[in-house]
Amino acid sequence: MSDREQIAIDVRDAVKRYGDFTALKRISLSIMDNEFFTLLGPSGCGKTTLLRMIAGFEDVTEGAIFLYGDEIETLPPNKRPVNTVFQNYALFPHMTILDNVGFGLEMRGKSKSEARRKAGEMLELVQLSQFAARKPSQLSGGQQQRVALARALAPQPKVLLLDEPLSALDLKLRKAMQLELKHLQRETGITFIFVTHDQEEALTMSDRIAVMSAGELQQLGAPTDIYERPHNMFVADFIGETNLLEVSVDAIDDGRATCHLGGGHQLTCNAVDGIGVGAKVHMSIRPERLYMSGAPERDGSLHGRVKENIFIGTDITTIVALDEGPDFVVRTSNSDRGNKRIFEPGSEMFVNMELGAARLLVD
Amino acid sequence: MASKQFDIKSYTGFKSITLLCLAVLYAPLLVVTIYSFNASQSLTNWEGLSLRWYADVFTGPESAKFKSAAWNSFVIAIIAATLATTIATLAATAMVRGGKFRLRTVSFGLISLPLMVPEIVTAVATLIFFNAIGFDRGVMTILLAHIAFCIPFAYLPISARMQGIEDSYEQAALDLYATKRQAFTRILLPLMMPGIISGFLLAFIVSLDDFIITNFVKGAGVETLPTAIFGSVKQGIKPNIMAISTMLLGVSVVMVTISYLVGKSDNTK
Repeated sequence: MSDREQIAIDVRDAVKRYGDFTALKRISLSIMDNEFFTLLGPSGCGKTTLLRMIAGFEDVTEGAIFLYGDEIETLPPNKRPVNTVFQNYALFPHMTILDNVGFGLEMRGKSKSEARRKAGEMLELVQLSQFAARKPSQLSGGQQQRVALARALAPQPKVLLLDEPLSALDLKLRKAMQLELKHLQRETGITFIFVTHDQEEALTMSDRIAVMSAGELQQLGAPTDIYERPHNMFVADFIGETNLLEVSVDAIDDGRATCHLGGGHQLTCNAVDGIGVGAKVHMSIRPERLYMSGAPERDGSLHGRVKENIFIGTDITTIVALDEGPDFVVRTSNSDRGNKRIFEPGSEMFVNMELGAARLLVD
Repeated sequence: MASKQFDIKSYTGFKSITLLCLAVLYAPLLVVTIYSFNASQSLTNWEGLSLRWYADVFTGPESAKFKSAAWNSFVIAIIAATLATTIATLAATAMVRGGKFRLRTVSFGLISLPLMVPEIVTAVATLIFFNAIGFDRGVMTILLAHIAFCIPFAYLPISARMQGIEDSYEQAALDLYATKRQAFTRILLPLMMPGIISGFLLAFIVSLDDFIITNFVKGAGVETLPTAIFGSVKQGIKPNIMAISTMLLGVSVVMVTISYLVGKSDNTK
């Protein structure tokens, strides 16, 4: 984080309580200028609450929120230069698309004609100019979504908040919108804060991701950090598919930890701060980082037997039972079929991985 | 639809009971409407089609009385419906958007209870109230009483409508820099409009048709259409009463139809 980078939103020790229930337990995070930032977590983790606190729809019980250095947590929503794309879009049903998009500009004191002209430009940006005179109900879900986006971007907010805006769309449209959102963010240079429970969506679009659970921040980092180097059990399990194994750390030497798992199998991986010799912890290994071979390839090869192959299109998932040990899930790309990396059920083989594929987890 | 066996239309007596109910409800109205066009002086003998009793309402010996009563009725109905609707709109906004406040259920009960109280009780109570505070009976007492009893009628369609409007619309308006007042006038009010119009028309009809309460609180010499008709009938039913009743019926039907059509048009969809 260099000094030149500006902080767009600074959340400091934010707490949210509803009566006895604590929805947010002292969250602090900084969202940088011009960043595509995602709040990711299962429903009820507090991500939407945090977004609504930034927008001004929820009070902040304790703590402060700064927007480009100005403290905003006590301002009403209409005094905050941030705009929201709502989950259900909340397009005004009695207004035309053009008037919907121009609403924010008009409320900011622009004349009706000026608001309409700017709104027309925004509609061009999202390629919906031909629908300007229609009512929201006459548009498809995907089109409504783009109108909601244009409406929120029209007043040129400093930060755009997006509350699971893609969840109502079908898969194909969702994928297309993910790319469109990403491009729009680059084009406008506006900081986006995106809330989702879909980890794939978060990985695809974000510059950085904050993984949340039970009102707490679990991990904050770039998509590759979160995916490759999950900090704890929750993150490893929530993001992508993984093998979670119970291991004991036997030795740590030169930044490498030697561990064993059930059945006496040995594994070497990078050591992690806070996990010492003798610790019984969990280890995460992504299925696609494992590969199978007929003969042991290196020290780390684990002997086992194939239980089942599951064809899932691009990949083949293999369930492997280690000798007297736990089951492993190994994912092999469909294109590796010819390389004899797929073994028939019942056959004996070895599971291999590179150093760094296995990751020790705190708690 | 479920199988024919469970179709309610196949139940024994379905058709006859339906027809009987419709007859009991509408036969009297039909008779009055038809006989209002009777050329005869008699109430029961049909002597051919004529508009003489309609002419009689406007030009006959009782025309002055009916005209002033009709004027009173419409003025009172318009003012009472307007004020009752305004109060009901504010009440509905507070009830539906006010979140959970103490005595919310009690408030709702207090607003809608007058619908269930026997009208004669309300009439007597209102009369005693005006007497107790020394308010001279006249057009003003009728108007105040009408505003009061019209509120629940206006409230119900408005609050029903309001419950169907998600609060995310107002949040979106606030988010887009509207003040609370602008969010109300630019977003919430237009969305509530079908309910408000419905409520207004309902209140208007209830006020226009009211007899019992009006009869209690009206001053001597002040008549509304229902009390004037009643006064006329006491001296013997003449066919002109049927003509005036038919016209009143016509106004009611038009109002109820508009209320239905407006209520059905949903600008949130």
